Amino acid sequence: MIRDITLGQYYPGDSMVHRLDARTKIIATLLYIIELFVVNNFWGFLIAAVALFAVVAVSKVPLKFIFRGLTAVFLIIAFTFLLNLFMVDGRVLWHWKFLTITYEGVSRAFFMAVRLVLLIIGSSILTLTTKPIELTDGLEKLLKPFSKIGLPSHEIALMMTIALRFIPTLMEETDKIIKAQQARGADFESGNILQRAKSLIPILVPLFVSSFRIAQDLALAMEARCYRGGDGRTRMNEIRFKKGDAAAAVLMALFLAVIIASRYITL
Amino acid sequence: MSIEVRNLNFIYSPGMPGETVALSDVSFDVPDGEVLGIIGHTGSGKSTLLQHLNGLMKPSSGEIYIDGQCITDGKAKMTDIRRKVGLVFQYPEYQLFEETVARDVAFGPKNLGMDEAEIEERVRGAIGLVGLDYEEIKDLSPFELSGGMKRRVAIAGVIAMGPKILILDEPTAGLDPSAHRDILAMVRRIHDEMGIILIFVSHNMADIAALSDQVIVLSEGAIALRGTPAEVFSQRERLETMRLGLPPAREIVELIKSKAPAFKSEALTIDEAAEDIRSYMEEARG
Repeated sequence: MIRDITLGQYYPGDSMVHRLDARTKIIATLLYIIELFVVNNFWGFLIAAVALFAVVAVSKVPLKFIFRGLTAVFLIIAFTFLLNLFMVDGRVLWHWKFLTITYEGVSRAFFMAVRLVLLIIGSSILTLTTKPIELTDGLEKLLKPFSKIGLPSHEIALMMTIALRFIPTLMEETDKIIKAQQARGADFESGNILQRAKSLIPILVPLFVSSFRIAQDLALAMEARCYRGGDGRTRMNEIRFKKGDAAAAVLMALFLAVIIASRYITL
Repeated sequence: MSIEVRNLNFIYSPGMPGETVALSDVSFDVPDGEVLGIIGHTGSGKSTLLQHLNGLMKPSSGEIYIDGQCITDGKAKMTDIRRKVGLVFQYPEYQLFEETVARDVAFGPKNLGMDEAEIEERVRGAIGLVGLDYEEIKDLSPFELSGGMKRRVAIAGVIAMGPKILILDEPTAGLDPSAHRDILAMVRRIHDEMGIILIFVSHNMADIAALSDQVIVLSEGAIALRGTPAEVFSQRERLETMRLGLPPAREIVELIKSKAPAFKSEALTIDEAAEDIRSYMEEARG
């Protein structure tokens, strides 16, 4: 069950999207998310969805894989949908006791849900097609200018690298501990909330102990290889913008223009 | 008590890009009181097989019968299986979590719903059986103990549940030679005193040869070889193609045999090899 979380996972491949510079992809994703909030009508969403699925198709990541990531946030989407459905004032469509659905509420709820779905798919495309190490390298380069005003860009990027790197390790560790305690007859499924919370102790204590052990080992291994922060550090593989990135930038600019224009479509 | 495993198959993430066959058509029996050793290269399916034996994993197909009762049909109660089959994972010391040794060992029996008096008796017995002094150790924190002692406490935690079948996944992994010897002697003592079925996985061929009545060699999820240690370790070439070797004593015996054709020996342990070499030399001297 714990292995089913795809958020932040990398899907190995060699598509055009995979080969883009991480910086291009980060900026494109940010831009796409902002654009989703610029869009205000059906045509805009259609264009945004078509563009997104074109990118998905080019990336060759199976749709099944992308939608599996959505199931994890399904509850949030459903909640947002219902909240918008009942909370917006306007022309009344349906009324029952204290519940009122308005015409505006329906369109707002739909738009919000679609917006969230596109947002999640859009950002998961970034992590699915970019190796974690490339992602943090790109982020570090993007944040570099801010180090002039005291932002520790290298340290932030390193923390992200480590966090991403150890998600699978800690999941495996959790899986192992859960199984070991199950083998000792532990029951995590029955009982009231208090009993269930208490049944987590046999998992959490060993997990914390393991995390500290892993952190200590990692710190020692980094020190043994003379790690001393980001100053004066060079890279074996410098990331560089290529032709594909220029093409992507042009496409992004075009897409931005189309999205802004879509606000004025009235059909 | 007995174990029957019939045509066990297990496939990881079927239909996904990472689909892998972890177990394919595994069948074997373990009669009461026997020691079964399992060997195999990393990734050969050993751990997967062990986890099936106490219901932690569900097979894709096939059946497992513990004492004649099927545990894979979905009807068996998990606590009943866990009560009969004790599974000690690799590096079990990482599962310790309680404030005192006694409370940690009591975790399993408590989960099985035993009363206070019985729990205390079980905890005392289990700690004694793993070769530790109950009065001395019961109030210590398990995190203060040495590596070898932590492992004993963790094993005691499973023994306290009173299993009729004890499964150990690499019980001696990562221990220094003296702790290794102690744990091995402890495993043998537990088996003899409790009169249970013992199943253990090891990468140490000398341990396998010294303890097992029956040996199973797993390769790519299937049983490649099966028999007594003498039968399995006579198949040197087969083992080497699976990147496995012979017990060190047997290696030496084979080396001597290749230099001195008159020397005959099927020794697996150091004691047997020493005996064979001694009698050979006495004969040679006339």
